[in-house]
Amino acid sequence: MIETAAPPTAGAAVTRRPRWWTAVALAAALGAVALSIAFGSRVVSLPEVWQAIVVGGDDITAAAVRSRVPRTLLALLVGASLAMAGVMLQGVTRNPLADPYILGINSGASLTVVIGIAFVGIHSMQGYIWFALTGAALAAAFVYTVGSLGRGGPTPLKLALAGAITTAALTSLTTAILLPRMEVMNVYRFWVVGGVGRAENHDTLTVMPFIAVGVALCALTASGLNLLGLGDDAAAGLGVPVVRTRLLAATGGVLLCGAATALAGPIGFVGLVVPHLVRLVVGSDHRWLLPVSALTGAALLTLADTVGRVVARPQEIEVGIITALLGAPVFIWVVLTRTGVRA
Amino acid sequence: MSATVVRAARRRASRRAGVTIAALSCTLLALFAFSLVWGDRIYPISDVVAVLAGQDVPGASFSVGELRLPRAVLAVLAGASFGIAGVTFQTMLRNPLASPDIIGITHGANVMALFCILVLGLSGLAVSVSAVIAGVGTAFGIYLLAARGGVVGTRLILIGIGIAAMLHSATLYLLVSADQWDLQGAMRWLTGSLNLASWDDVAMLSLAALLLVPIVLVLGRDLGLLRLGDDAAAGLGVAVERSRRLLVVAAVALAAFATAATGPISFVSFMAGPIAVRLIGPRGALIVPAALTGAVLVLSADLVGQFLFEHRYPVGVVTGALGAPFLVYLLIRTQRTGGSL
Amino acid sequence: MTTSLTTESLTLGYGTRPVVTDLTLTLPTGRITTIVGANACGKSTLLRGMARLLPADSGRVLLDGADIHAMPTKQVARRLGLLPQSPIAPEGITVAELVAQGRHPHRRAFARWTPGEDAIVADALEATGVLDLADRVVDELSGGQRQRVWIALALAQQTEVLLLDEPTTYLDVCHQVEVLDLLTDLNRSRGTTIAMVLHDLNLAARYADHMVAVHHGTIHACGRAEEVLTEETVKVVFGLDARVVEDPTSGRPMILPLGRHHVRHD
Repeated sequence: MIETAAPPTAGAAVTRRPRWWTAVALAAALGAVALSIAFGSRVVSLPEVWQAIVVGGDDITAAAVRSRVPRTLLALLVGASLAMAGVMLQGVTRNPLADPYILGINSGASLTVVIGIAFVGIHSMQGYIWFALTGAALAAAFVYTVGSLGRGGPTPLKLALAGAITTAALTSLTTAILLPRMEVMNVYRFWVVGGVGRAENHDTLTVMPFIAVGVALCALTASGLNLLGLGDDAAAGLGVPVVRTRLLAATGGVLLCGAATALAGPIGFVGLVVPHLVRLVVGSDHRWLLPVSALTGAALLTLADTVGRVVARPQEIEVGIITALLGAPVFIWVVLTRTGVRA
Repeated sequence: MSATVVRAARRRASRRAGVTIAALSCTLLALFAFSLVWGDRIYPISDVVAVLAGQDVPGASFSVGELRLPRAVLAVLAGASFGIAGVTFQTMLRNPLASPDIIGITHGANVMALFCILVLGLSGLAVSVSAVIAGVGTAFGIYLLAARGGVVGTRLILIGIGIAAMLHSATLYLLVSADQWDLQGAMRWLTGSLNLASWDDVAMLSLAALLLVPIVLVLGRDLGLLRLGDDAAAGLGVAVERSRRLLVVAAVALAAFATAATGPISFVSFMAGPIAVRLIGPRGALIVPAALTGAVLVLSADLVGQFLFEHRYPVGVVTGALGAPFLVYLLIRTQRTGGSL
Repeated sequence: MTTSLTTESLTLGYGTRPVVTDLTLTLPTGRITTIVGANACGKSTLLRGMARLLPADSGRVLLDGADIHAMPTKQVARRLGLLPQSPIAPEGITVAELVAQGRHPHRRAFARWTPGEDAIVADALEATGVLDLADRVVDELSGGQRQRVWIALALAQQTEVLLLDEPTTYLDVCHQVEVLDLLTDLNRSRGTTIAMVLHDLNLAARYADHMVAVHHGTIHACGRAEEVLTEETVKVVFGLDARVVEDPTSGRPMILPLGRHHVRHD
């Protein structure tokens, strides 16, 4: 049963048990949820959590717990979206370093959101989402074009450099817009570090359709991406419509990370770290990689948010900072170990 | 006589280099003079000359002598330092995108400077020295991580990008969690600014430049040969590892000193080299033209930021905004010539 | 023309893994030596070791009897030239400019360029037949032309020994022969000692005065082509059953691989 689910590319010597790992990831996500609701500037016990959510109550503890619920939901959603976006981007570009942050997609979304706030006067999630998606898509296309130029096509090196430069350039433009506008700056400077602290359930609901479409595109292209991994020509030879698959998969990835960015600000490295860790245990079949990564990403971001709330009490460290501090070493590890990373 | 063919080709190249350097120098001089004369109040050249000669001119002595002059001198020094550091890295790594502000080198200096100011409450020399140590330390760390088992160039760049991301998030954290969030001061560390230029900064940076620029100039020819690949350069008698280490240290220290004085003025390291190449042609010595280009860039961007808009922008925002169109230009040119980025 | 290059019990490796072990070899002065061997046998490593690009784990490389690593690298570069496998032409550089880089080991820092050096560069361009390309940009040349430009650079270096790592890779058969003929011309007219790693066994045998077969980091056979390119050597070094016949055009040995098919049994 399990063996037939594994693709031929999965290491033959290793017995993959994707179902088992799915269960592990699910358990991790549930555990993260429990921690996220229990911990904060005030620690509550499980019975109190139960009391507050199921029975209701109006003491401070119950209020604290209830305020953590939307935040936890948001962290789960954003983490899952970013992780799946990472899987898609890595699959489409056949590039182990692809990540919404590294590829400059986050900075594109940031710039357009700031443009929206400053010039169009948007101030709700219905507005943010369209601007974020536009920016994400434009930045993705731009970075991919720059990274594909010259000899050898889109190598990891060129994509990463193009992403870094695009990020720097777009950040400067963002700054130029913000500087004379203190009121926008005040909104922006907290949004830009990436956080789930100001979660609102109706914002989350606004963005849900976009995430749903993104997930659907992922599911649709998962097996095509497996074959794209063998190279465009080989995939075409096996009957995969290469251009269409790539376009749909990229759209799915951009939708997911654009939506996540609109909700929580630019959060780096979840999309990079999670797929790599998950690949270690379930192999490279996207049909397993996607769901397990989604669960793991949800768990990771929820945990990172909880850690950020706990380590610097009573202050909070935004989750985007935690993920960058954790994620960059993993990025370097990938560079050092992956044989695929060559100029 | 076949030697004449060769001589003619060489003469053409060196004449173009001479003309370019002269033109850049004149431009720089003109911009420098303009930046002393122009401002909220416009002083006649005679007043400026008098101030430069050390005479006491009411008003001008302060505005020009204590504000505009250190600002302009610092702009030139920082621009030249960033330009030299940038072209050194780009040449050494054989990649026009691999400038020290992209691959994490200046980020270390930046975070440390910010940490010293916001958390430790230091200022002046202590900040500069810590920033330089952190900058060199970051570069050294990246180099060590990348040096394992060859392929130095590629790994160096990628690891640098990773480190840059990490340090950038540390910068953001320091800014967000600072008690007194002083926007003016903070912006300087995000994009670079000359607003707080003082004679102390000038003294520090010129001392560093005096020490470090000769090292880079002496190794300039080795740098040119490294472009042929490590093996070919070694075959021609370049001590590859030694030259590269010295160049890295000198370039990083220059960039770090400049960063400590002005903050990371975005994209000057990145743009100066490629612009200099376009001006002078591909042959050999790029260091002096890149230094001049960097200085012209910073000085003119600072003038633009100060006077062209109704709001005053720090110089780093102006150079940063130039970055995106410049990348597009590089892209189009590369596409046309079929070369590689 | 007396510069000699020898190795003495040379062991080379990357990290802890030795690639070349206890190898002693003398390049015959004023002759052409070709080095052959299977992939990853250590032949390129040997060449890089002889060119002082790799430090010796043990043993020595001797240039005129002196340890090559004890000499200033620039001094070595005046006597020993190298054409690596994949040198990089900087974007936009012209042929004349690239070849002029070969003068580096002979120049002091900040020294002015002399007319004599123009003549040397021109001479190198002429000898390799690329003088009329002097103003062209190297990127735009064909593979064969580009390889001749790199050889011109090595000539401008005016060394008595020249090491080349697979100088015919990526060239079609016509350009392969052209490059090897050119190197033979140099050897004949200037007495340059040449050692090169070659992939094609038949070309290696044809152009060799001296041939070296490397197997597992040691010399399996060396000497005249007739002594080295035997059916036994090909079997051991390449794991290939082959017949060796006399090349009717050159009189040198030539191999005919025996596959599992298309072999006549009569």
